[in-house]
Amino acid sequence: MMKIKKLMRDIELLEKVEELSEQSPNACIQCGTCSAGCPFVDEMDVLPERIFKYIVLDEVEKVLENNTMWICAACYTCSVRCPRDIDIARIMEGVRQIILRADIDNVDVDEVDNIEELPQLAVVGCFRKETG
Amino acid sequence: MMVEGHYYYPGCTMKEKGSDYEKSAMKVMEQLGEPLVEMEDWYCCGAVQSLSEDDIMHQIAPIRTLLMAQEAGEDEVVTLCDMCYNVLKQASERMKEKEDDLETMNEFLDEDPDYEGGVEIYHLFHILKEKKGEIEENVEEPLEDLVVAPYYGCMLLRPDHVAIDNTEDPEIMESFLKLLGVELIENEKRTECCGSYHTVNRSDIVEKRVEDIVGYAAREGADMIVLSCPLCHFNLDYHQRATEFEIPVLYITELMALAFGLDIEMEHHSIDPTSLLEEKGIKE
Repeated sequence: MMKIKKLMRDIELLEKVEELSEQSPNACIQCGTCSAGCPFVDEMDVLPERIFKYIVLDEVEKVLENNTMWICAACYTCSVRCPRDIDIARIMEGVRQIILRADIDNVDVDEVDNIEELPQLAVVGCFRKETG
Repeated sequence: MMVEGHYYYPGCTMKEKGSDYEKSAMKVMEQLGEPLVEMEDWYCCGAVQSLSEDDIMHQIAPIRTLLMAQEAGEDEVVTLCDMCYNVLKQASERMKEKEDDLETMNEFLDEDPDYEGGVEIYHLFHILKEKKGEIEENVEEPLEDLVVAPYYGCMLLRPDHVAIDNTEDPEIMESFLKLLGVELIENEKRTECCGSYHTVNRSDIVEKRVEDIVGYAAREGADMIVLSCPLCHFNLDYHQRATEFEIPVLYITELMALAFGLDIEMEHHSIDPTSLLEEKGIKE
């Protein structure tokens, strides 16, 4: 809890996201194409295009404390459809990385109880996306 | 010294949960006169591509694999796994496009020869595309009584710079399946994500995806779902237990092997396809 509070106090959000993703949330025109095609949108606290708006407005808590970036599985559907050619999967990765690099994981490796049943690439993929 | 056949990168899953795919693909490719020859050594690709600009560290494993191919005198590497294809291809493209990254990579790998950026990544489908005549010739008996839902998932189609076909309206898999004589449903869900690695800690999300994807195939009358990604296979097969459906999920090379009359084992299937295959007169 302390780590996320400190992170939210210190982070230059827009600058950091742009640096990590090489994409600009400012280019978003809030058309909602990303949300309309996202297969996981029902699970997200906040729609992807709203996340971009919050990044631009420096609403750090709304970006880092909602689950949107963790629900994104980098399927790239939004990235190939965005009419502004924003590679949205990269922005979501940037937001994930900001948290992971503050030493805050989204999955506890010890809590995965059926690891032997799972295919290897699922385990590697999940730990790569959700642990720092 | 180049190998006689395609220089094949398996990746981790092919040796365990995805072994039905590897074994059937080996037999099919041998039959088609395009044998796969496994690389002498290889590393796990990392399964998912790292998308951060400054993260060169996670490109090291895929590039080390490409470097081993280069040093073996090979300029092409073939994968079966869709996720390995995607990761290796994106890493390879990044090294071609970003000279600074290639330089940093080679400085880090200072005990190895430099990676020159020339190894091309291909997927099984790229080879099959050139062998349609041979596929047709090898079909012992067309699988005419079988209704199939083709399913691509994400990693062969997106992002668009690594896509093997049209990202929104692919037809490459259908073009192979037609040669086997099957009837195809028009599968509107074929490019939608199966839930991917959420299977590890958010299986509830995957179950909803499976309900949607398999439910569509079932309503359209599909007897089975056919695909080429071991993670999609696990998700669509294993997680059907949370739904009302029970449709077998096969790798495309399993179905191709059966059509060719080749004997294959099917060990890693939560939904046993045997009774369906017997009912359709495909397997005794």
